[in-house]
This record gives sequence, structure tokens and C-alpha cells, in this order.
Amino acid sequence: MSVELAANVVVAGVLTGLVYGLMALGLSVIFGVVRVVNFAHGEMMTVAMYAATVLFASLGMDPFVCILPVAVAFFFFGYALQRTLINPFIARPEHSQFMLLVAVALIIVNGLLMIFGPSARTVQVDYQLESFEIGGILLDKARLYAALAAVATAAGLFAFFRTTRAGKAIRACADNHLGALVVGLDVKKLYALTFGLGAVCVAVAGCAMVLLVDVTPPLGPAYTLLAFVIVIVGGLGSMPGALLGGVLIGVSEALAGLFVAPSAKGMFSFGLLILILLFRPQGLLGRRN
Amino acid sequence: MTRTSASLAILGAVLVAFPFFAGNYALSVATLILYFAYTGQAWNVMMGFAGQLSLGHALYVGVGAYAAAGLFFHYGLGPWAGLWLAIFLCVAMGLVVGFLAFRFGISGVYFALLTIAFAEFTRIGFDHLDWLGGPGGLFLKVAQRDSWDLPNFRGPPLMYYYAMLALCLLALLVCSRLLRSKAGYYWQAIRENEEAAQALGINTFRWKMLAVAISSAMTAVSGVFFAFYYNNLFPEQIFHISRSIEIILGPIIGGIGTLFGPILGAAVLTLLSDGITDGLAALGWEIPGIKQVFYGVVLLAVIMFLPNGIWPPIARKLKL
Repeated sequence: MSVELAANVVVAGVLTGLVYGLMALGLSVIFGVVRVVNFAHGEMMTVAMYAATVLFASLGMDPFVCILPVAVAFFFFGYALQRTLINPFIARPEHSQFMLLVAVALIIVNGLLMIFGPSARTVQVDYQLESFEIGGILLDKARLYAALAAVATAAGLFAFFRTTRAGKAIRACADNHLGALVVGLDVKKLYALTFGLGAVCVAVAGCAMVLLVDVTPPLGPAYTLLAFVIVIVGGLGSMPGALLGGVLIGVSEALAGLFVAPSAKGMFSFGLLILILLFRPQGLLGRRN
Repeated sequence: MTRTSASLAILGAVLVAFPFFAGNYALSVATLILYFAYTGQAWNVMMGFAGQLSLGHALYVGVGAYAAAGLFFHYGLGPWAGLWLAIFLCVAMGLVVGFLAFRFGISGVYFALLTIAFAEFTRIGFDHLDWLGGPGGLFLKVAQRDSWDLPNFRGPPLMYYYAMLALCLLALLVCSRLLRSKAGYYWQAIRENEEAAQALGINTFRWKMLAVAISSAMTAVSGVFFAFYYNNLFPEQIFHISRSIEIILGPIIGGIGTLFGPILGAAVLTLLSDGITDGLAALGWEIPGIKQVFYGVVLLAVIMFLPNGIWPPIARKLKL
């Protein structure tokens, strides 16, 4: 096996991993602020992917153009979901929140199955087969653009949390819930805003991902698990951690596919998760609380 | 006789007499209810009693099922031998998960995710274990089903129904004793406030490990039953996270931490799922997925409006 092949596989793994990372970033932001684990995260991702395939098939929209309308729709969807369904569960025990989101996930997966059927949907654009070559390493155009979209979105989110008033207010909520209430922040609204932003991450990741894989309804639960693995590895609630975790998982999946068997790739991710939980339960970049 | 034990005796009598009135279909539904009631009871020991949320109980069902089925398939050993291997392996795995989690102070959401990780890890491992059939599945020979062959646990549906009924009763008795034992009180203290329990001198590590051991041993028995009732095992199905969720829906809907919640929850959910299937068939709406959508909506409603499950309010009404 040549070094060149391995290098190509690693690069592809990094690029896919950045898209995974953006998806996981949504989960991480939601957990970090609202303290609710979104068990319907991967299912939301497949909704975004289906939305992109529909827009592509009906209007011929490029998936990267789809990002804008899908992200706007997802923001309102996430906002509404938090306001109506999840907010009453904030103070309830974890298993209760878990059940709520499992029910949401069940409705989404099977709703998609009802509408689109079990067969895979895909998007075909002409640049999917093209690539750039840099020093013997081939970069798939679609994969590179997908990774760039993911990085740009993550950077935008980062800037939002650092520089805007709303972003700072959300971070204040995450740091000290009671304190945020005392200084008069509208915590409920900020939570809904956070959920909306988490959904935007999912929307962008979904539109980008549709260029890399075919979408079927059962992909949802698989992505939920993947997102958990990534955020635990990176650190639940840490934004750079989610991206780092995504890249690590992307690379480990790619290498497992190359050296062992593609079907065993999940074992490496879960193995990594178990090791992290045992030796650094706060995750690679997480803070202990 | 107290009101509770009298009601229980009536319910038991009805269930024992049930097969004489019911057809094969109703019997299979009832067996399924009892299966979920029993498995839910097992999960409830860990979550409902000791407060440790496991989202990976399919791990114990799967390992238990494969242990007994493997012995039967390769060496012709019946489930009575396989049962002990299943229990041994499941308790060992449960203790490993528990040891690693509790030693390293992992709890809450993180513990739940660790249990998922172990179940998924094992699922993929079994996919690559050719000795037990791998992804293609392990199939037990379906023997003649008219006579009761207890040593090999082969027989008519009636036999499986009574076996499951006996297990359910046993589990109910064991759990009610446990809940009123020293361990039960310690568990409840840990569930309500682990730090306070520790401050009172309770060795929380040891008691949590005991809860995991009992829960995984009980679940192992479900696995053995599953293997010999369904006769085919696929890692993709038996270890899947949706199986783990299925197991815990009953106790959560019925009422976590209660003795009767898992039983009522299993009955309500199984009948609901069947009722939805029949209702949709009658309406002629047979689109794949529609049933689960309805199921999800009902779950959503129950969890929103009855946060403690459906059993506690009923128990109050019936003064049990």
C-alpha cells in the first residue's frame, strides 16, 4: 500500500470529518447552552439532506445554493421546536427529555419514510467527479467545497458568539443560568435562538453532505450516534472540540475502511469513544465541571 | 389479604386462564407483552431503583441470546445450560461497563452514552464474528412444535407464554423484595441524591454495581428466551439502539421506579402498536412508516402530559 494512497484517504477523511464536525457542532452548542441532548439530531440532518435533494430535483438548485433557504427554514424550525416542545422539559429529568426527543426522532424518520420511501435519493452535479491535484494528492471538488462550507459556517457561528450581544448573552446563559436570569436576560428566547442556530449547523452540514453520500431514512439514527461520538470525543459543549472530534472520526473511519474493512469503521469510532469516556470524560477540549 | 395482593391474585388468575380463551394471535401478542414487561422490569432495577440510565440494554439481550443460541447451535446444549453462560457473560459485561463508568465518575448523560457505545461496539463486533453467523444471522432449527420439550425449550406457543408469565411473576416478586431491602433503600438514596448518599456512608460504587449486576442478569434471561422463541438472531437487529429504546419505553411510559409501571407500560405500548396497525389497515392507509409516526405522536403526548407515567395516577385512583 502506497503512502500516496494513505495520504489521499486521510485528506478525504479530514474533509468529510469537517462536515461531520459541523453537524456535531450543532449538537454541542445545543447541549452546552440548553443542557438538553438532542437525540433527534441526525434525523434533523436527514431532513436537511432530503430538502436539498428535493430542491435539486424540482428547481435544479445546486446543493450549495440550497444552503441558504434550508438554513433559514431550519432556524425557524429549531426555534419553534425549542419554544413549543422542549422548553417545558428543561427542568425535567434526563430520561424524560430523552424520551421526548426519541419520539420526535421516531416521527421524523418515519415521516421521511412515508414521504420519500425507503430507496436512496441522491444529487448529481457535474463537479462531483472533478478534482484538484496538489502534489500528488487528489482533492474531490465536491468534498472540498463541502468542507469549506462547514468551516465557513463554524467560523460564522464562532464570530457570532464572540462579538454580538445576543451571542454573548447566550454564553452568559450557558455559564450561569441563574446569573443570566438575575441580570434580566430572556433565557427562554435565548435558548430558542440557540436551538435555531444548532439547527442551522445541521442544515448546512446536511446540504453539504448530500453531495458525498446518498440519503435514506435510516441514516438519521446513524448520524445521531455519530454526532454523539464526535461531541464526546471533542468535548460536549466545546465548539472547537466538535470540529476536532469530527476530523478525528472522519480520519479514523477512512483509515479503518482502508486497512480493516469498511463495515468495521464504526467499531473504531465507538472504541475511541469508550477510551475517551474512560480516560478523559470531559472530551479532548472540554472543561471539567 | 391486602388490597394490592388481592388485585394481583386476580390479575394472575386471569393471565393463567387467558390461553384457554385466546387464539394463537392473541397469545403471541400476550407473550410479547410479557416479554417487554419482564425486560422492562429488569431495566427498571438499574434506572428506576438506582437511577442509572442505561440506553444499551440490547447489549445484554443480545449477548444472552447469542450465548445460549451458540451453545445450542454448535454443541446441542439446551438453554438450561446456556442460561448460566448467558447470565455469566452478561453480568461480566455489565460489571465491566459499571466498573469503568463508576470508577471514573461517569454519570447521567455520559453514562447513557457509554452504554450506547458498548452496545454499538458489540453489535459491530458480532457482525464480524463468523462463528456465530456474522451479519448473515444465526438460525436455530425449528423443531416440531406440538409437544412440550422442556429440556430443549421447544414447544407450542402456549409453553412460551407460560414461561414468560412465570418469569414476569418471579421478576415482580424479586423486585418488590429488592425495593424493600437494604439494597433498595440505598439505591433510592443514590437515585435521589448520590452525594448525600455518599455523605451518609453508603458505598455508592458497590451498590450501583449490584444494581447493574442484577439488571444485566435478569436481561440475560430475556435474551435466552428471545433466542429460543424467535429462532433467528441478527446482530443488526438484536443489538440495535432501537431495541434498547424499545425495552425502556414500557417502564418510562408505565412509570419509572414503580413495580407495576413496566408491566402496564408494556401492555399499553404493545396493544397500542397493534391497534394502530389494525386501525390503519381498516382505513386502508398502508404506507410504510405511518404506524411509527402515530406511535411517536402518542409517545409525545404521554410524555408531555403524564411525566411520571400512567401507572402512578391509576394506582392512586385504585387506592393500591
